[in-house]
Amino acid sequence: MIFDYQMIWENLPLYWGGVLVTLKILLISLAFGLSLALPLALMRVSKSPWVNFPAWLYTYVIRGTPMLVQLFLIYYGLAQFEFIRDSFMWPYFSSATFCACLAFAINTSAYTAEILAGSLKATPPGEIEAAKAMGMSRSKLYRRILLPSALRRALPQYSNEVIMMLHTTSLASIVTLIDITGAARTVSAQYYMPFEAFITAGLFYLALTFILVRLFKLAERRWLAYMAPRKA
Amino acid sequence: MLQGYGSTILDGAWLTLLLALTSMAVAIFLGLLGAAFRLSPIRWLAALGDTYATVIRGIPDLVLILLIFYGGQDMVNRIAPMIGYDDYIDINPFVAGVFTMGFIFGAYLSETFRGAFMAIPKGQAEAGAAYGMSAMQVFFRILVPQMIRFAIPGFTNNWLVLTKATALISVVGLQDMMFKAKSAADATREPFTFYLAVAGLYLVLTSVSLLALRFLEKRYSVGAKVADL
Repeated sequence: MIFDYQMIWENLPLYWGGVLVTLKILLISLAFGLSLALPLALMRVSKSPWVNFPAWLYTYVIRGTPMLVQLFLIYYGLAQFEFIRDSFMWPYFSSATFCACLAFAINTSAYTAEILAGSLKATPPGEIEAAKAMGMSRSKLYRRILLPSALRRALPQYSNEVIMMLHTTSLASIVTLIDITGAARTVSAQYYMPFEAFITAGLFYLALTFILVRLFKLAERRWLAYMAPRKA
Repeated sequence: MLQGYGSTILDGAWLTLLLALTSMAVAIFLGLLGAAFRLSPIRWLAALGDTYATVIRGIPDLVLILLIFYGGQDMVNRIAPMIGYDDYIDINPFVAGVFTMGFIFGAYLSETFRGAFMAIPKGQAEAGAAYGMSAMQVFFRILVPQMIRFAIPGFTNNWLVLTKATALISVVGLQDMMFKAKSAADATREPFTFYLAVAGLYLVLTSVSLLALRFLEKRYSVGAKVADL
């Protein structure tokens, strides 16, 4: 037999630990990324170039450079500066988990901001006119009309972004974290069986991807029900 | 500023570009093949195409790279002795990189191409057939030129993702610009400087690609009706 899954079976706890690390990094970076993306998206739909341009530049630069470079800039790069090594932030910046979450959050915030901005711009003009005709103030217009509907309509695209982020978290293994990919690399190096080790990691990611797709389908059925095709 | 490492990083940048272009060629081939499979009326071919697209898009690039690069090498060396070949086979990282990236992005492109073919109104192919064109003529004269127009936005996106994903091949030892920057960073202890330089080069690459593909999109949209809002 050319495949040997005995060792994989014995190392399943390592993979389970990896799943937890992957999910932890994913949730933290998504939460911070989304909260950063919302103000950025509002800036991106502003008509004032002074507000719009900085947000445009931020998303353009982040989306135009590889995730790996961003991660290395934060994890390895920042250590170059003495004032960072001497600052109270150094315990954070020397932690791989913190740097990975920070880099992923920054990355996803740029992509999410563009998704939300696109969704905000696609609001039917009639809804905005109606809100204005009702005498809503600008902030009320955003709170009651624009954001609830734009956030819902962004759901299908955001689900793609979440899955991309799940895949991106695999880069955490490059900065020494033992996520799913990290577990596979450990097993691969210990028993020299790269094929079985990485196939197993792939299956874990595939399962997580399917679960996430399923969860987003349920979320869409709940929050986008009004946009579903009418049943005969 | 780059302490003499500028030229080796530029060499690496050239390799990055070469890797991206060659992988894209492989990906376009696999993407068209995948799209053809998925649109085929033969059920097992369609299922095969769907499985390829779903499985590859469900697994992170990095895992696939490690799997194909290390796992593939391992497999080749486990199978080779069975057919009577006893030397250790070392796969060239560039070739492995091209096939890995091509294989991954072929799956993404098959989705783009499939959508683009389906966006062409049915009447177009029927009109071609009514003029007495053969199936091949209809495909290359009617469908492909229009498919390209529909595929360009998705293609642009995939090209940008692929260009950025090539950085991951440095993890398995290809001496692209990311690899060169890491060596320079280790030697000089100035990682920020070098990674920033590489980030700048990637930004140039993606910006130029965006401009070029936007121009191409205009070229292929000549004569297409656009509704003015």
